[in-house]
Parts: sequence; structure tokens; C-alpha cells
Amino acid sequence: MASHLYCGRVNLNILREAARKDLREFLDKCSGSKAIVWDEYLTGPFGLIAQYSLLKEHEVEKMFTLKGGRIPSAAVKNIVFFVRPRLELMDIIAENVASEDKLQPREFHILFVPRRSLLCEQRLKEKGVLNSFTNIDEYILDLIPYDGDLLSMESESSFRECYLENDQTSLYHAAKGLMTLQALYGTIPQIFGKGECARHVANMMLRMKREFAGSHTQILPVFDTLLLLDRNVDLLTPLATQLTYEGLIDEIFSITNGYVKLPPEKFAQKKQGEGGKDLPTEAKKLQLNSAEELYAEIRDKNFNAVGAALSKKAKIISAAFEERHNAKTVGEIKQFVSQLPHMQAARSSLANHTSIAELIKDITTSEEFFDSLTVEQEFMTGVDTDKVSTYIEDCIAQKDPLIKILRLVCMQSVCNNGLKQKVLDYYKKEILQTYGYKHILTLKNLEKVGLLKPQSTMRNNYPTIRKTLKLWMEDANEQNPNDISYVYSGYAPLSVRLTQVLARPGWRSIEEVLKMLPGPHFEERQQVPTGLHKKRQPGENRTTLVFFLGGVTYAEIAALRFLSHMEDSGTEYIIATTKLINGTSWIKSLMDNPEENLP
Amino acid sequence: MAFVTANWNPLGEAFYRKIELYEMGWNLKDGLRECLVAAAPYGGPIALLKGHNRRSPSARPQLEIYSSSGVPLASFTWKSGVVKQLGWTVSDDLLCVQEDGTVLVYDLFGGFKRHFSMGNEVSQSQVLETKIFHSPYGTGVAIFTGALRFTLATNIDDIKLRRLPEVPGLQGAPTCWAVLTQDRQSKVLVANGSHLFVLDNTACTHVTPPGLSPQATSIVHMCVSFSYKYLALLTDSGHVWMGTSNLKEKLSEVDTKIKSSPKQMAWCRRPKSQQPSAVVMWDGLLVVVGECNETIQYHLDDDSILVPELDGVRIISGTHHELLQEVPGACEEIFKIASMAPGALLLEAHKEYEKESQKADEYLREIKEQSLLSEAVRQCVEAAGHEYEPETQKTLLRAASFGKCFLSNFPPEQFVIMCRDLRVLNAVRDFTVGIPLTHTQFKQMTVQVLIDRLVYRKLYPLAIEICRYLKTPEYQGVSRVLKHWACYKVQQKEESDEIIAKTVSVKLADAAGISYSEIATKAYESGRTELAIKLLEFEPRSGEQVPLLLKMKKSPLALSKAIESGDTDLVYTVVMYLKNELNRGDFFMMLRNQPVALSLYKQFCKHQEQDTLKDLFNQDDDHEELGNFYVKSSYKEQRLEARIALLQSAVDEYYKAKNEFSAKTTEDEMRLLRFQRKLEEEKGETLVGFSLHETMTTLLSVGLHKHAEQLYKDFRVPDKRFWWLKLKALAVKEDWEELEKFAKSKKSPIGYLPFVEVCIKHHNKPEAKKYVSKVTPEQKVKAHLAVGDMEGAAEAAIERRNESEISTVLSRCSTTTDQLLMERLNRAKATVAKK
Repeated sequence: MASHLYCGRVNLNILREAARKDLREFLDKCSGSKAIVWDEYLTGPFGLIAQYSLLKEHEVEKMFTLKGGRIPSAAVKNIVFFVRPRLELMDIIAENVASEDKLQPREFHILFVPRRSLLCEQRLKEKGVLNSFTNIDEYILDLIPYDGDLLSMESESSFRECYLENDQTSLYHAAKGLMTLQALYGTIPQIFGKGECARHVANMMLRMKREFAGSHTQILPVFDTLLLLDRNVDLLTPLATQLTYEGLIDEIFSITNGYVKLPPEKFAQKKQGEGGKDLPTEAKKLQLNSAEELYAEIRDKNFNAVGAALSKKAKIISAAFEERHNAKTVGEIKQFVSQLPHMQAARSSLANHTSIAELIKDITTSEEFFDSLTVEQEFMTGVDTDKVSTYIEDCIAQKDPLIKILRLVCMQSVCNNGLKQKVLDYYKKEILQTYGYKHILTLKNLEKVGLLKPQSTMRNNYPTIRKTLKLWMEDANEQNPNDISYVYSGYAPLSVRLTQVLARPGWRSIEEVLKMLPGPHFEERQQVPTGLHKKRQPGENRTTLVFFLGGVTYAEIAALRFLSHMEDSGTEYIIATTKLINGTSWIKSLMDNPEENLP
Repeated sequence: MAFVTANWNPLGEAFYRKIELYEMGWNLKDGLRECLVAAAPYGGPIALLKGHNRRSPSARPQLEIYSSSGVPLASFTWKSGVVKQLGWTVSDDLLCVQEDGTVLVYDLFGGFKRHFSMGNEVSQSQVLETKIFHSPYGTGVAIFTGALRFTLATNIDDIKLRRLPEVPGLQGAPTCWAVLTQDRQSKVLVANGSHLFVLDNTACTHVTPPGLSPQATSIVHMCVSFSYKYLALLTDSGHVWMGTSNLKEKLSEVDTKIKSSPKQMAWCRRPKSQQPSAVVMWDGLLVVVGECNETIQYHLDDDSILVPELDGVRIISGTHHELLQEVPGACEEIFKIASMAPGALLLEAHKEYEKESQKADEYLREIKEQSLLSEAVRQCVEAAGHEYEPETQKTLLRAASFGKCFLSNFPPEQFVIMCRDLRVLNAVRDFTVGIPLTHTQFKQMTVQVLIDRLVYRKLYPLAIEICRYLKTPEYQGVSRVLKHWACYKVQQKEESDEIIAKTVSVKLADAAGISYSEIATKAYESGRTELAIKLLEFEPRSGEQVPLLLKMKKSPLALSKAIESGDTDLVYTVVMYLKNELNRGDFFMMLRNQPVALSLYKQFCKHQEQDTLKDLFNQDDDHEELGNFYVKSSYKEQRLEARIALLQSAVDEYYKAKNEFSAKTTEDEMRLLRFQRKLEEEKGETLVGFSLHETMTTLLSVGLHKHAEQLYKDFRVPDKRFWWLKLKALAVKEDWEELEKFAKSKKSPIGYLPFVEVCIKHHNKPEAKKYVSKVTPEQKVKAHLAVGDMEGAAEAAIERRNESEISTVLSRCSTTTDQLLMERLNRAKATVAKK
């Protein structure tokens, strides 16, 4: 069921199993039949840990979504709330409990995810319902295994909280998550980092380590290095349109908690006689991870190389099916039949991805996509970044989606290390006039986090950074890449370049550039108990955990995977993040709409 | 050695022995006469209350606490009510049950800890009798009240009082009763005359012990074994009935031939023993009964009490402390007269060896011939564990060690562990410590508990030595002891804060996993706040420091510690606490110095307390945020006037913040809102809340061109955007005439290709064609293609001699219909390519 977690260099299934064990233990604490009331936000992340079957085994008979009023009637002994520690949710729970039928009382329990909160319990106390709960517990779910080499906290608003609201709760959880990880996989001897948040997380980790002194884990370290990276060190990358297969799926259809919903038309079962009369109306939901062989193969390719890969695969599969004609003896037929399920799965997987690729191709071949990509690339290469872009102007005039505009304007600002006051004001005014004054708060937010800014007296240092880190590669090879820049067809993501340089030749070689990027850079060492020092076999790779604080894109992950697989790279990467993001979801998380939440 | 069996007495198949543990160190004038006595099991402390029945204030009773060896631990005059019963808890606390049902709890040194009540019903009807018992859930108290009812609490640390059902026919105190734990439930067994009842939570069941002698007319005494598995009943006919406590099986019945009422009765049965046996005590006489008809009788000089243990009975008198138990199997095998057991032979062999006699070899041979040497070693090791005299232990262990030499592959653990255990046991049995544990008891109670007991007795150095000697993990061993030591240390009033803090930190420095906050809490509880703060400094877990700091009202420190921990929930907790504790001004001041807390609190206010948020911004003169705040608020207003007023406030704040852009745009918005309302009133179009762009589009779509133009001018909309807007709006409206007029009004700033494309988008090809000619040469090809005019496109491309454009046109040609055109294009392409 979780085969995608085994395949990587580090068996992340250990983490998943630990999480499942905790869940089972809690469920058994509330003995008897139970109904779970879900904080809707949590269902996705929980899906990565446990399916409904596990809950069912532990007498979960009903599931409801948390909302005001009374909990729907259900003949169960226990009502269990699975919630994030948020005050507004406490108010709803209090309402639920207060309106419970006094004649048939059920037992109440709360499971806080990822941590219980005194503040919330205080609120429940104020509402007079705290004593109604038999169990108040926490379910420590910080880093969720997402794929064989990928951990995510699935914390959507982390970037916003850290950089906009100065609320570092998610960093505390990140540090806790790293401690859990070290408890299971051994102490990580080396910690590198860049950025304010990275520094904060590292400090907390070192402090927690001291707090746990005396309970050393006697585990051989699995990770050699931890690299903590602030998202605001590299604001550019998420703004650019991802050009890997998986990246484009996310850009266009958005992947949530490992699933994607696709327009159903392309997936209609073609049956004879029906002639496509009844097209399915419900979106097609697909799980995307490396358990699917074909997907693992193509997810990280540049989209332009996907077509070739698919047709090659198609040939292999049909050749395999042709084999049956060669099967003469009973033994041969038997062998063929035994492979049939696998082949059929491969065939349906191929059909799915061919359909998805077609859907994407419709978009990537459009003029609109091409024009916008051209402008992005111009910005990234530093062409005319200090003037008002006619393309952006035209897009505003035609009232293209606001997020597209914001992505482009922010990109121009980042690539120019800020815009001239006149240019900035012009853009802002255009946006407010066209999309409405209410977006003034969003614009202020973008300025606060540094995505938009007026040019300071300082020189524009982006070209220096670009040149030193080779962020733009003219001859990016999309089919047979030899550099990470293939993921953006030319642009090499800054974050991944930093990671690459760290592994070899080391950050000392780029001190100047590091100073230009925001926040401190640092190195810490953690003492590993003697006897647990790893003796590396010749030719054995180092393992580095790269933690993106504030989110990571699929294209960046693809680039890191490319580095892992590169011959003579010497390092394999495991990726951790607060959330998987793309430019759209990222900008969205920073928007403020005062018209929302109105009574 | 010859005397080992001197104190053995046979009873049926087995032997019983009485070992002297201590000559008591106390000096009691009247012995134990007229005393209320309680001795804790597992060699625990002894409490005495002299003259407990005295009620006159002039002669108050005296409460004394001693160790098992009679070393005084505490003594004080009893000033509370009349005590009915004393008893010890599993954690060595003394319980004193008063007549009124109040239970007072004291520590080992007579320090008062707390008190609790056994309920109103008990205090009204008074306590007649009470028993203190131990169960897997802790220490319990059972009370028989003046209302002839039983009330029970199974665990005094988590008191849940249970009143048991009535016993039928009970007129006064029952003849005897006992508490037992069965099926995870505490029950009371009551005898009323010859009737026996079991009381549980819900029912009172009449029971009959199987095979009880018919001569009996009354059950006068009963006792339950240490494990609650067995029950012994003494009848008025002098018979002792022994059986299982579930009353399903009778084990034996013995006639003591004594018909008077005994003082005490106790089980004397060791685990794995050969027969059931009980000890009955009368004045001056102690009788051991078993399966056979004979009994062992001991004469007692002095008033004594029996203390039942897991593997025997301790007898405490005014002068002596003895242990009566069945002789353990291994000891019997080895020491029984003329025993030929392998262990006995090995012991003999070793004796001869020490005498340098060749007989040693003969004995050894004899054991080895039967291949029983390893059995012999095992027996010697085991017997050593059961012997009380270190000399005997040593002899046995030496013999075992000697035997081991002739064995290969004999696992050493048993021997090594026994040596260690005995060393620990001998240390705690020492008179000064006074914990006479047997090896069996020690194994049952575990080292952990023994360490606890030593800690309760403040024997810290010994406890630490034992932890180190047994290599107990630091976390459960040395660190734990040190923590207790420190907790005790901080209560010593005579030393100064500095000295104590320093001593504690020096002693605890490299001990792992010490909770300084616990120690600090103790210091605070004993009124030493400054010391507590000093100690907290050593606590590595800042999260742990916070609750105590708050309790001590050290809020600024609590806040900074919470922030240090990184745990935002903890910060919130402190902030909320401060909010309630301090006045608003002080609260804000404190936040001001802690930016992390301030921004968290702002987040809280944003969702919960909007007004406070405003005050916070005001305090900081944060005009920018105040402006934003007003902007947000404006959207909550339904009435336009109020909305505009709030926006005006925002404008003022933005100016103060020197944010001219925001101020100007906000003013624009106000202007727009007013304009929109005016038009709404005049023309009845819904407009308020639209963006400028949407407003103009709406106006154009309903034909209010003038008003749209006015906005365009007033708000200085760039030409390009206005043209796009108007073009699209007119196309949507399909007002082609107006569109044409617009196109001709002046030179289009966006060119004419958009006109072509927009018309096509709205499926009006003829209209689109009108604009093709106006398109700039660069866009001609695109325009022709857009309207589907292949020839025009070809013409334009060829004219411009642009290879890529020619190719574009070519790619759009159809091979069937545009044959000629394609040839022409190809030719042109060739010419262009040549140049």
C-alpha cells in the first residue's frame, strides 16, 4: 500500500509506520464504536498516513466534517474530533458539544494535530465544555512521508505566517519534525543553512537536542547532512512556470496531497456502440507517486521529452502483448498470463498519461502560453527588466487572471532587485484600477515579503548572482539533460544551485553571492555518539536532507532528483518541505481579500 | 554452620524457621501494650500511637515512627481527633484514620502532607472499624461505620468512594471481616456469626466455605493471604479452615484445640511452598498450622504483632523483630540432616577442600557421576539468596564458585546477579537502614522501588551507591535520586539561596535528564522564590520553566523563556495570562519589548479582537497598519457613507505614514465610490464596489459612453487599456456601428489587429474584414489569417519577403484547395531564401 515509500535511498516507511502506530494507539484509547469529526483541512494529509480501512479496523463507523450546530446522529459510543489547534475550531467544537442530546450522551475526545495547545484548551474551558472530554491528546504529525524521497508538512500557510505575519509556529513544528526524524534515523552530524528561518529552526533543533540530553538515540546516522533553506532566499524560482511533466500537471491542474483532479472528457471509457454519449461529469481523480512505474520515469522529464518517452513505452508494451503469439508451450502461456496483470496496469497507466500529456499539450502549444514564457525568460535573462513591460500592460488591459499578472510583475521585480518607484506605482495603479481597489492589501503583502519592492539605491545584484551561479544556461538540453536548468528550459533554480554548490565545491567558493542573498548562512555540527560514526564504503554516496522552509516546487524536486541520479554526483537528496507549492498557490496564499469573511 | 538447622521446626513434610532480624533499637517502657501499631510490608517502617484512646487534652497520645530495626524516625504529640487505625501506603506514607472518617497523611518523618475525608455518611455515623489494604491500583481504605455499612476507597490518590450494599441481619459489628481484591475489584468478606458474605459494588452474596467443620457456630477470625489468593478462617471451635479465597476449594482444616479468641492471625505461605499454613497468635502463644494435625507452638514473652509478608510473617515485639517462614526448598535440600542432595554434597566437598582433604574429590566425584554438578551449583546459589547471615551466604557462594570450576559452559549470570543482589540486601538490612527484605521480596518489589524507599528515608548516598553498583540507567537511577535529594535540599531553611543553588548545580551538573523545574517548584512551595528562579536557570527545557515562573508571578521572565522555547502555543499561553493579570497599559508595554510575542498577539487579535488590534497599532504609531486596518474595516460597512468615512481615516493614516501612493489610490477609490453611487441613483445601474475597469465596461455596455469617457479622463486611464476595454465592451454588446465609429475616432494606440481578433472572437467575419486593411504591415499576415483570407495572407507575406511568415501561411494551407497558392508561396520562399 505504501510501496512508493520504500523505493528511495532512505526507507521513509519507518516514519509512516511510526505515525500509524500512534494513530492506532489513540483510537484504541477511545474504546468502543466511534465517529470521527474532521477538521476538513486534515483529511488530505491524513490520507497520506492511513486509509479508511485502518480507521474502520479500530471501530470508526462514521465520519463527519466539523461544522457548527449539532453533530449528526450516529449510534456510536464515542465522538472524536480530529482538529488543528485553532481557536475558531474550538468555538465550533464547543457548539457541537453544547448541543449534544443530553438523553443519549456520547463520550467526547479531541485529537489535536500536530500538537495540543494550552490556548485552545483554555478556550474550551471558557466555553464550559473542557470537562466533557474523556481524552485530550495530540497527534504529532509534522513531516508526512509524501513519496520515496519526499517529506511534506502539508502546511499551506507556512510561508505567509513566517514572512508576513511573523508567526513562527510552523518552524517550531519543523524543528520538532526534524527531531522525530533524528529519533528514527539517527542524529544528522552536519547542518547547513541559509536564511533567517533556517537559522531559527537550527537554533531550536540544537536547543531541543540539549533538552533531550540523556536519551541519546543509538542509531547509525542515515543522513549525513541537513540543508535548511529559506524560501525567501530564492523568491524567483516558484514564480517561473515549471516545465517538467509533474510541474506542469501541478501548474495547470494543481496536485493536492498527492492527488490530481482532471477534466473527465479525455478519460471516457471508449466502449463500442455508446459513441461517447454519456461523458462522465465527475472529475477524474488520480494518485500520483513513484509507485507507478511509468510516472516515476517521466514525472521529472522536461515536458518536451515526455512525448518521446510515452511512445517508446507504448512500443514496449505492445511488443510485450505481441509476445502471446510466440507463446507456444503451456509453460510459455502460463508465464505470459502471470505477467498479464502487470502489463495491463502498465497499459492503463500509459493511457492515462497519454491523455494527461494531451491535455497539457493543448495549453503549452497555445500562443498565450508561449508569449508568457518568452517574457518570463526575458526577465530571467535580465532583458528590459527596468521598464514597464508592454506584455504585462497588454495582459492587464485584457484583464487576464490577476495571479498571472502578479506572478509576472513579482518576477520582474525580483529579477531587477526591485522596480523603479515610477514603474512599480504604475503597475500597482493599473492592477487596482482593473481588478479593484480591494487588492491594495494583497499588494502590500507582496511588498512586505519582498516579492515586490521599490529599487533601493543599491546596485541590481541579480545579474551577478545569475552569472556566478550560472542560473541561465543557453543550451539547455531538454531531451537528454546534462544540467538542472532543463527543468525550466534554461533557468537553473537558484535554490538547487545552492544545494549543488554546497556538495561541491562548497559554499566558501560563493561567499560573495551568499552575502547578496537575504539572511545569514551558517554551519553547525552535532555530536554523534562514538561508535556511530559512519564508515563510508568507497563509492558510497552521501545522503543530504534538503529542507525548504516556505515551500518547494515540483521542478526543484525534479532538479534535485536529477542531481541524485547524476553519475559522479556523490550525493543523494531527500527533500523535506513545509508544503509543495507553485507560483499560483504561493501567490494565492499571500492574497488578502477584505470582502471575504464578511458576515 | 552446624547451627543452621537449630531454629528449624518440622510441620508435616516441611520445616519452619524463625530468624531473628533485629534486636529492636527503640526503648519502649511498656512494650507494645495498649499501642496502636502499624508496620508496613516489605520491611517497611513501624508507627506506634500510644494511648490512642485518651481523650483528655492534658494527656494527648504520642505518635512515634521507627524503622524496622527500631531506629526512631519521628515522634510528635497527636493533637487531632481520635485515631481508629494506622496504616502505611505503598509509597511509605502514614495514614491515620480518625473516628470522624478524616484520613490524615504524614510522611515517613512525621511531616503532615494532606488529609481527605471518607465522605459525609462516614463522618456522621462515625468509624467503628477500618482496614487499610493494598491492591494493584494503590493503597485503599475500607471503613465499617456506625450505620453498619461499609465504605471503600480503592486508591487514596484518586479517591472514588463506594458504599457497599447492606449486610442482611447485621445488628452490630460483624465478628470479623477482611478486604480482598478479586477480578480487578475490591471486595469485602464479612462474617456474622456462622454466616459468611461477600460484598462487592452491587451485591451482597451469602457464601459457604466448602467443608467447614460443623462444630463451629461462629467464625471468629479471618485473614487473606498476601496475594489475595487464599483465605483462612478461625472458628469458635478452634478450627482453622484454609482454602482459596474464591471459596471454591478447601486446602486443609486443623484443630488448634484452643477455643479462646486470638489476637491476630496471618498467612505464612511462601510462593511455591509445599503446604498452606497460617500463624495464629494468642496472648503469649504463637501457633503455626499447616496440613497435618500437628502444629508448631512458640512461646511469646511479650506483646507482639504479626506483619504478613509475601514469603512469611514478621513478628515484632517490644524487644525483638523476627521472621517466621517455611524453610525454602534449596536451603532444606542443603542443610537437612543427612541430606544427599547435590547441593549438600557440594557444600561438603568444598568444606573438605578448604581443609585440604582428599575427601573433597570423593564428594565431587559422587556429584559428577550423577551429572548433577550444575544442579548442585544452582542449589547453593539459590540457598545463599535465602540465608540471612552473611557468613552462611559466603560459605554457600564459595561452594558454588568451587563447583563452577569443574563445569564448562555454566552460565555465570545467576551467580553474578546473586552476589550483587546479596550485597545490596545486606546493605539495606543493616541495622542503621533497617529494611529487612528477603531475596524473594526484593525480586518482587524491584530495584526501582527499593531506590524509592531509600529516597523516602533520605538515604541518598546509599541509594546512589546502589544505582551505580547495579548499573541502573542514569535516567532511572542516579539522576532520579539526585533530583529527590535536591528537592529535599532546597527545603533546608538554614542555608542561603546562593549556597544551595550552587551545591545543587555542582552535584547535578553531569547527571542526565534532571528536571530542574521540579526542584524549583519544591523550592517555591517552601517559600523560596529567589532560589526557585536561580534553579530554573539550570533547566535546559525552557518550556518547563514557564508554568512555574507564571506561578511565581515572574511574568517578564516567563514570557522571554516561552519565546526562547520557540513553542508559540506557550507564548500565547503566557500572553493570555498576562492579559488577564496586568492592566492594559502595562500589558502593551510588556509586549512592546517582545516583538515575537507582539506579532503573535496581533495575529490573535486579527481573528478575535479587532479593536485591540487598533489600539496596538495606535500605541506603536504604526500608521501604515492603521491605514490597512481602516481599509479592511471599510469593507464590513454596509452603508456607503460609513465606508467612505473609514476610507478617509485610512487616507489620513497613509499620509501620516508618508505613503502617498496608498493615500492617493484610496482617495481615488472614494471618488469612484461616490461617482458610482451618483450614477446608481441616476441611472439605476448596480455599480458600487466595482473596479474602475468594471465600472467603465458596465457603463459602455449600457451605452453610457460619456460617463465612461469621463472616468477615463478623471482617473487618467492609459489609452491602451481604455481602447482594449471599449473594444471588448462594444464587441460583447455587438454594437458594431459604435465600434466602427470608435475605430475611426482617432488612431488606435493598440493597433487594429485586436479589432480583427475581437470581431472574429464574436463570430463576425465581415466586420473583422473591415479592419484588416488598417493593420500595420508587420501584423498583416496574422490579420489575414485571422479572417481566413489565405490569399491575402499569402500576398502580404510575399510582399514582406519574410520567410517565417511565408512558412506560417504555408502551414495553414490545405493541400486540396490551395494548390496554386502553395506553389506561389513555395516559389517566393525559395527566392527569399536565396538572398
